[in-house]
Amino acid sequence: MKQVPALKIDGITIGQSLAIIEYLEETRPTPRLLPQDPKKRVLVRMISDLIAGGIQPLQNLSILKQVGQENQLAWAQKAISSGFNALEQILQSTAGKYCVGDEVSMADLCLVPQVANAERYKVDLTPYPTISRINKALLALEAFQVSHPCRQPDTPPELRA
Amino acid sequence: MTESGKPILYSYFRSSCSWRVRIALALKSIDYETVPVNLIKDGGQQFSKEFQALNPMKQVPALKIDGITIGQSLAIIEYLEETRPTPRLLPQDPKKRVLVRMISDLIAGGIQPLQNLSILKQVGQENQLAWAQKAISSGFNALEQILQSTAGKYCVGDEVSMADLCLVPQVANAERYKVDLTPYPTISRINKALLALEAFQVSHPCRQPDTPPELRA
Repeated sequence: MKQVPALKIDGITIGQSLAIIEYLEETRPTPRLLPQDPKKRVLVRMISDLIAGGIQPLQNLSILKQVGQENQLAWAQKAISSGFNALEQILQSTAGKYCVGDEVSMADLCLVPQVANAERYKVDLTPYPTISRINKALLALEAFQVSHPCRQPDTPPELRA
Repeated sequence: MTESGKPILYSYFRSSCSWRVRIALALKSIDYETVPVNLIKDGGQQFSKEFQALNPMKQVPALKIDGITIGQSLAIIEYLEETRPTPRLLPQDPKKRVLVRMISDLIAGGIQPLQNLSILKQVGQENQLAWAQKAISSGFNALEQILQSTAGKYCVGDEVSMADLCLVPQVANAERYKVDLTPYPTISRINKALLALEAFQVSHPCRQPDTPPELRA
């Protein structure tokens, strides 16, 4: 697929972030990233797919190259705000402390990086108070900090935390 | 649910995402009612206030089942799998499940969103065909390669899985946008084998309640 991420684990190499996460969930089940109740699991997957399938692919590097430099910012902003309009509405019925209820789930793993993209493309987040609140709560957690783009082995010096 | 208690599927005959869910419902012998949502008429019925209240994503498919309404075709299919587990649409072995999900995500996240109606409107009419062809052939280049190590009779081994539900509608889109399928013999072979199965036929765009007369089988 010529894309990241790819994970080499247990003798296999796999791509597609959500497929990887579901594999990790099935083989290393604690702590849970998906609730037990199918009616809550579907909400987690729905939100994850909205972001991973409905927003990110429309504003990734590959697409932005195709739309041309002068159109990139507007294109990315449109993709993100359309998606966030829907997401904000959905979260109003699903969210507790986090995207679905009060436990961190795969949906939250999709939210934070997408909000970072939104900030990068200067999307006004005022229309999305639930997204902003949840994002802030998640960024306080250690796993979201150690994994942050500003703390990676390949983070350029000028962007390093 | 309707008075009869049947699930309700909000679907457009030609929507590849809706077709995936239709196949799942057919394979699992789940009886349902269709409420057609025409993505073109009246500026797009998915944008109506009523539909938006039902599915804030303003997209098809949406499924009303067991007292909830859900969007996103793969989330719907995984819900059906968990609540109506026979026949299986995902293998039991996690190392095979991940292949099914990887292929499904490649198609549903990596190809289809880049050539759906909404995006094609944005790129402008004169660019649409080239754009759609590029999205599909880039994705199919990767998929053909992956299938060479995962495929048996179908996408992953010899059992029909969620990956196959994604493949057939995407090939139909490829044909619609005149993508040359010669570079993709594995995709073509699997597509042909799947189209011979009843669930893929009854769910076909040419056999839906909202199929226009001139496209009806």
